[in-house]
Amino acid sequence: MVKLTIPAPELMYSGHSACPGCAPALAMRLMLKGLGPRTIVSVPACCWTVVATPYPTTALGVAMLDNPIESTGASISGLRAAADALGLTDVHILGFAGDGGTADIGLQALSGMLERRTNAIYAMYDNEAYMNTGVQRSGATPLGAWTTTTPVGDGARGKAEPKKDVMGIVLAHRPVYAATVNPSFPEDFVRKVEKAAALRGPRFFHIFTPCPPGWRYPSDQTIEIGRKATDCGIFPLYEVEEGRYHVTRKGGSLRPVTEYFQAQGRFSHLVPEDLARVQAQVNADWQRLLRLESGT
Amino acid sequence: MTLMVMSGNSAQAYAACRARVQVIAAYPITPQTSIVEELADFVAAGTLPAQFVKVESEHSALQVCISASALGARTYTATSSQGLLLMHELLHWAAGMRTPIVMGVVNRSVAPPWSLGADHADTMSQRDTGWIQFYAESNQEVLDTVLQAYRLAEDPAIRLPVMVTEDAFFLSHTVEPVEVPDPSLVDSFLPARDARAVLVPGVPARLGSFTGPKEYVEFRREVAKAMERVPEAFHRIEQHYQSLTGRSHGGAVSHYRTGDADAVLVTMGTMTTTARTVVDEMRAEGNKVGLAKLRLFRPFPAEEFRELARRTDRIGVVDRSFTFGAAGPAATEVAAALYRSSHHPVLSSFLVGIGGREVTPNHIREMFGRLLAGKGPETRWMDLPPPAEEVAHG
Repeated sequence: MVKLTIPAPELMYSGHSACPGCAPALAMRLMLKGLGPRTIVSVPACCWTVVATPYPTTALGVAMLDNPIESTGASISGLRAAADALGLTDVHILGFAGDGGTADIGLQALSGMLERRTNAIYAMYDNEAYMNTGVQRSGATPLGAWTTTTPVGDGARGKAEPKKDVMGIVLAHRPVYAATVNPSFPEDFVRKVEKAAALRGPRFFHIFTPCPPGWRYPSDQTIEIGRKATDCGIFPLYEVEEGRYHVTRKGGSLRPVTEYFQAQGRFSHLVPEDLARVQAQVNADWQRLLRLESGT
Repeated sequence: MTLMVMSGNSAQAYAACRARVQVIAAYPITPQTSIVEELADFVAAGTLPAQFVKVESEHSALQVCISASALGARTYTATSSQGLLLMHELLHWAAGMRTPIVMGVVNRSVAPPWSLGADHADTMSQRDTGWIQFYAESNQEVLDTVLQAYRLAEDPAIRLPVMVTEDAFFLSHTVEPVEVPDPSLVDSFLPARDARAVLVPGVPARLGSFTGPKEYVEFRREVAKAMERVPEAFHRIEQHYQSLTGRSHGGAVSHYRTGDADAVLVTMGTMTTTARTVVDEMRAEGNKVGLAKLRLFRPFPAEEFRELARRTDRIGVVDRSFTFGAAGPAATEVAAALYRSSHHPVLSSFLVGIGGREVTPNHIREMFGRLLAGKGPETRWMDLPPPAEEVAHG
């Protein structure tokens, strides 16, 4: 018998309104499995505003607070301050925000929360564009990706700028814990959440969440695309605890990035020279990560 | 009861302390800073066992208060001018979420150009956000109103946020004798928050949510109905406060010698004190003039002005800010209230004290003079060099 490491209780109900193949839905499900029922989650304007279903229903088995798109960091500081003032010592405070609400408009509130050492978890689910509004580019959209505001034509080949390094920004604040997780690797995901849950202070998760309509791939390919992202080195899985790096999935040599890029319509306009440049960057980033692991 | 000499900003801080606020969040802005400095001292000294969240912006200050209030904590913040404008989006959230936050606002001019003087443009431009608004004349009134504001905000029939404003420097940095009620008295007036409709850990529920047009209208109507209940609730709360302290500031609109007045000026904030002395002088000279201090601006006490219109023929509304393209904001409110009145006195809109200019007895005297001489209706910027600009009534 294989020993199951993921808790069985569900804190996200069926009947949610996510698209088929939605990785952010999986991300919330796994996050709450790791944190348990005494979690209060603050959610800004993002896909999850809608996924959680309209008034008077809710798709979550925990208390949920809505906040505007840019203020998730401040919201979880407020929730923790109230929990401390009211003697609620056993609750987890979770901010669950998209990449636009974190890397772009919510960056100030996130920085404030980290600097204040708020005892809470901030999770960014990264589907690499403003998906809830219909696939507009964000600071987390990768180089070359098609979005509705980075169209492909004679004069343009998708987004002209590289993806913002949100983990780097977060780590500059020296949080007690920060990790990358990917719903395609659920055991690694939940193990990291359970580890973070046992710590106190500011904690951060960067969650890789493929989006079938936004990335232009069939909805039954979400898990496979997530696996390719990590196995190709596009989205390595690692954690940083008190400044010490630990790469949690190595698995020998990296697969070629073409396997990841060719599976998605948003990259279909890229030519071999583009992919060769991406491959070189991924190789360099991977080596840098391994050096950080051995050096910390 | 302790008699202390303190600024309006100290009065804000002492009131928040006596209210036993549990979560404070604030970002510094002149001339609000000494409120939060003093609160930080109270917390550091252990006098006030509150969580003080030092945030990176006013926007985050109000979000901290909203989220903390959503979990059931009593919260306080304070700001001014640009800081209040930055909060604008969250002002709507606080009211729509029915969080009973109390906020001190030091009324200051809005840039550009940068200016620090007393001016009501900051709070007037937030009048449609669902917040209850009080304007204070004295430091004593600041302290008393903040305590009353918590009772009002947390009343189960109201559950709306309240801002208690004070004129920059004229109150914020001017000291006056203030009676500070003892903690036991305040505790009996203002018990711990009776938290309803809040998040409870372990209970699946969503606060905020999203809706289609049908439920959305119901939510907005609930806020509107809560506003309609404010005058009665505030009257009851102020009477209770008076029974404990012996002090009343006269309800939503405080009348001074308006009973038989031929002309009445409507004022807000510190200019009221100046106007009151002029009323006495002009009465002594045989002029039947009076004063209506507008203390509660939101909800607007329209019925009180319809009542006033039944006994006076000339009303001048004095505003410390201007609604571009219209008139003084209080003047337009009074005009709207009187449309549904059987009596229609001459109504003039006077602009004075904008950007912190002094409001002098001569200004007040001139406004009464214009009303008594039957001039108007008019919209008049009083303190521009002669010839004073005159604008046709819109």
